[in-house]
Amino acid sequence: MTLLTARKVEVANVTKQFGEVTALSDISLTLGQNEFVSVVGASGCGKSTLLSVIAGLEPPTAGSASLGGHVLTGPGRDRGVVFQSATLLPWLSALGNVEFALRGEEGLTKKQRIDRAREVLAQVGLDGFEDKFPSQLSGGMQQRVALARSLSYGPEVLLMDEPFGALDALTRRTMQELLTQVWEKHRMTVMLITHDIEEAVFTSDRVIVMTPRPGRIRAEIPIELDRPRHADLIGTPAFHSYYTEILALIHERGH
Amino acid sequence: MSTAPVQGAPTADTPVTAGAPPRRRSVVAQPLTRAQYLTTAVLGFLGLLAIWTAITLSGLVNPLFLPSPLAVASALAEQAANGQLLEDVTVSTYRVMCGYLLATVMALPIGLLAGSFARVEAVVEPIMDFIRYMPVVAFVPLTILWVGTDDAQKFLIIWLGTFFQQVLMVSDAVRQVPSSFRNLGATLGLSRLQILIRIVFPSSLPRVWDALRISLGWAWTWLVVAELVAATSGMGYRITQAQRFLATDVIIGYVLVLGVLGLVFDQLMRAGGRSLFRYQKGRS
Ligand SMILES: Nc1ncnc2c1ncn2[C@@H]1O[C@H](COP(=O)(O)OP(=O)(O)O)[C@@H](O)[C@H]1O
Ligand SMILES: [Mg+2]
Repeated sequence: MTLLTARKVEVANVTKQFGEVTALSDISLTLGQNEFVSVVGASGCGKSTLLSVIAGLEPPTAGSASLGGHVLTGPGRDRGVVFQSATLLPWLSALGNVEFALRGEEGLTKKQRIDRAREVLAQVGLDGFEDKFPSQLSGGMQQRVALARSLSYGPEVLLMDEPFGALDALTRRTMQELLTQVWEKHRMTVMLITHDIEEAVFTSDRVIVMTPRPGRIRAEIPIELDRPRHADLIGTPAFHSYYTEILALIHERGH
Repeated sequence: MSTAPVQGAPTADTPVTAGAPPRRRSVVAQPLTRAQYLTTAVLGFLGLLAIWTAITLSGLVNPLFLPSPLAVASALAEQAANGQLLEDVTVSTYRVMCGYLLATVMALPIGLLAGSFARVEAVVEPIMDFIRYMPVVAFVPLTILWVGTDDAQKFLIIWLGTFFQQVLMVSDAVRQVPSSFRNLGATLGLSRLQILIRIVFPSSLPRVWDALRISLGWAWTWLVVAELVAATSGMGYRITQAQRFLATDVIIGYVLVLGVLGLVFDQLMRAGGRSLFRYQKGRS
């Protein structure tokens, strides 16, 4: 499953310093076109910083990130970001939140935006909840709206920073399956940050393992499990061996 | 005294816990239902009234200094009947509104900008912080020399007492909007200005509203201060007049009315907030 496809995102020798702290140290990686890649690692190893650099929210101290061959200099609508907290605008309904993201699409009438928003909300299983305010939705549903918002305007890359980290175990599992289904149907380039190894193996084509202080890439594990994937995959020996391999890599300190 | 301490007030969605068959004592204090809360509050007021009545009936205190509730009520009724009370309330309310709105209209843009731009903050906030610790009362003589003793002087005192605090509270409300919201706007391709107008300001509004509600209470206090010192009309003026004639019943009556006015305006602001920010759960 290695680069049969075109390189979509390329991170080249990125270092990121926050004062004395080296959050990322000489990181290089690529995301292939329509590839689903997870980044796992202990808390504080620089996962969020890596995502922020690709999202254009944090400039790298050295090195560069590029998309489709163009060096990224700031955030943009070619990349959609799902944050750990849903960051839904509380005064807008679920539909309103998705429609808000679509206001940046040129040439769409309000009616077209609303139709599109409805469509995407249905994709993430939220039909019937369009008119609910975020405060009336559960954490899982709020994250679904956030996902729909990012999908709505069709970015080339979807970046997710521990999107299910705050959810309970059952909801998290449901969301992982939903994400996998949506991705298998609408293939796109995804980078998913997570500290949940099961989540990484279950959803991804490739898992990148990071180690902290300074943030470095420890290993890249291609996940050669058949698709479409279903929840029962998690009990299989093949799944388990990926799980233990990655777990060992994370715990292996200073190799 | 003009901002009513109704902090723990229950909301419509407080769970109804009464009537659960086996009455067990929970370790955690149970929230009261709205009815329970109101009953308790009314009982509290009645208790206070009862103590007051008892003291006056006991003859321990000269009624000249502490008139009975009945005497206060009849003094107020007299003021109401001859139109004095309504006139005083109207004049005072007008002054509070003018001074308060003036302060608010100026504080809103400055506070929003100071909360949004570090440079504006660096210019504005140290000045505001400095001025707000100057006692407003000490400005009363100065304001009289500046603008005389008519309404403008009352507006100015109210403005001095509220504006600086409002700026600080409004900018704080803006700063409390989590940075993830700005990041969201940036990833959606919005410009800095668009992020402020479409995301940050609307997000800060509920807190801004609370700041405005609290400062309205202060406006009433400063109004009375201004009217006590130099005025020819209004609630504060009537109180100083009453003092001259040892009419303690009128004084106490007016103080109570001021308390009620503060409470009423506070509740109006709360109701306004509830209807503006209906999307917030459990807003009181
Ligand atoms: N804005 C920031 N300012 C200073 N230090 C930061 C900032 N963001 C992250 N860091 C530091 O960089 C390191 C990596 O953080 P982060 O990328 O959030 O890790 P992760 O997402 O893997 O938990 C941590 O030591 C963190 O304290
Ligand atoms: Mg993180």
